[in-house]
Amino acid sequence: MGNKRSFTFYLLIIPVLLWLLLMIVIPHADLLVSSFMAENDDGDLVFSFANYAEFFNQKIYWLTFVKTAAYSIFVTMLAFVVAFPIAFYLGKVASKKVASFLILLLLIPLWVGELVTVYGWIVLLGDNGVINHFLLWTGIIDEPITMLYTDFSMVIGLLYMSVLFMVIPVMSTLESMDDSLIEAACDLGASKWVIFTRIVIPYAMPGITSGSIIVFMLVVGNYLAPNLLGGKSSLWFTEQIYNSFLSTFNWNEGAAFGFLLLLLSSAIIWLALKLSGQKLEKVGT
Amino acid sequence: MIRSLPSSPLYRLAYGAYVFLFFAFLVMPLVVVSILAFNDSNFISLPWKGFTLDWFFANTDERQGLFADEGMLESIRTSFSTAFFVATLSTLVGTIAALLFEEEQFRFKGVLYFLALSPLVIPGVILGISILLAASSAGSYIEDSLGIDIELFRPSYGLVILGQFSFAATYVMLLVAARLKRFDRTLEEAALSLKATRLQAIWYVTIPFLRPAIIGAFVVAFILSFSNINTTIFLVGSDPTLPIDLYSRIRFSSTPVLNAVSFIIVLVITCVAVINGFISREER
Repeated sequence: MGNKRSFTFYLLIIPVLLWLLLMIVIPHADLLVSSFMAENDDGDLVFSFANYAEFFNQKIYWLTFVKTAAYSIFVTMLAFVVAFPIAFYLGKVASKKVASFLILLLLIPLWVGELVTVYGWIVLLGDNGVINHFLLWTGIIDEPITMLYTDFSMVIGLLYMSVLFMVIPVMSTLESMDDSLIEAACDLGASKWVIFTRIVIPYAMPGITSGSIIVFMLVVGNYLAPNLLGGKSSLWFTEQIYNSFLSTFNWNEGAAFGFLLLLLSSAIIWLALKLSGQKLEKVGT
Repeated sequence: MIRSLPSSPLYRLAYGAYVFLFFAFLVMPLVVVSILAFNDSNFISLPWKGFTLDWFFANTDERQGLFADEGMLESIRTSFSTAFFVATLSTLVGTIAALLFEEEQFRFKGVLYFLALSPLVIPGVILGISILLAASSAGSYIEDSLGIDIELFRPSYGLVILGQFSFAATYVMLLVAARLKRFDRTLEEAALSLKATRLQAIWYVTIPFLRPAIIGAFVVAFILSFSNINTTIFLVGSDPTLPIDLYSRIRFSSTPVLNAVSFIIVLVITCVAVINGFISREER
């Protein structure tokens, strides 16, 4: 079997190696190296910490970084609060038929793509938007409320595009939960609050961790919602990267920012995996 | 709270209302843009001025509908062909990766598997800039040493395909591997004992079993490519994909044509989702 097996083995491993080396390893190595290169006084590219120094010296950069991290954690927690009742409903309360219809409904915004949904929120939230029109028409307000181009609209956009990634993993862990656990607790006189906080949520923890990691990653790396829905003050760190690359053409500085963002997301994900004792493989599935 | 337990009417009502509101929140942006695609007004939002198909078919100085908008049609064509190549390439490599990681044992398998999963947790923006950096380093190295300028190494159609492939292959791998886990290994062993080579066993036994997952993964990769912007924005050259085109229009010149395009995307995706729902129900 030796020879034949090894032929097939090479046939399988070579495309995979090419993919991972050329598209993942080398580009990220280049990102790291570029981030440590800067022009010296003669205009030559040399090894330097200037890009990182720039990050720490310019208040706007690290402030944006901190703000992005804080907002991302906030949106992740918000996604959990919003998604948990829905996940419980789909996994435990609704009948199979209703649940599969609702899951389809849940997936449609994801498949339609972020641009269309962000655009939809612009149409809804604008000063002349649908919601303001409706509120003015019903007489609840006399003047349009400013909702678009604020942190509020940005959070709505971020939540909208990420909440599904919390619902699905939590739902699938809850599906595998034995109903009799809840029934037993109920028979023993536990209140709903106790059942949820002491039984359901601990049971769903693996799903919650997976969901949180994916949501955080998507939110921290998001560009469209802060850019199109956020205001002048809601600067996102990805926008800094975008500016360095496509507006000021300082690629080395952009590489440093990119590497910092990668570090931030990896650190948070690592922390979440450590705290919950999970493996990365589980997150993907 | 669950089906087998009684709960108060108030609790049920409040819970039902919450679920209803959540799904209303989910479909509202899509429904609203779809309806406004037929609004006889030059602005993207309300008030409603009557029904019209102008934003699809008109071709006047004042209004140019979607099907008369050559730029938009061109970017739709670009997106379709990009998505087709990305889906083909990533289905091929992703399936190979699933076979490799599920069926073979070798050194550094864990490291390689970790790398193959990493696009799940690398923000798309980072993937975009690092591929752009590596491509331009390679490009300028080749140009300096050989004097040839290769288009693939500059932001271009080809680079977009490669960039989107780099993460789409991961999703294909996971989808195909999920089905491969349920594959009865003895079938392959039977083929081998009947003197099939390992390659023949994979091609005639394993791949046919994986076919539904492979088709599903192709569709997923196609949609991932079609809607991607975070990675694409750094790699795109002179021919924008649909999301890039929409992005610059939203920023600089919103017209109801955007509603018309959104409506068509929502329509197509809803059809795909419904068909997909039927297929997966039949499989069960």
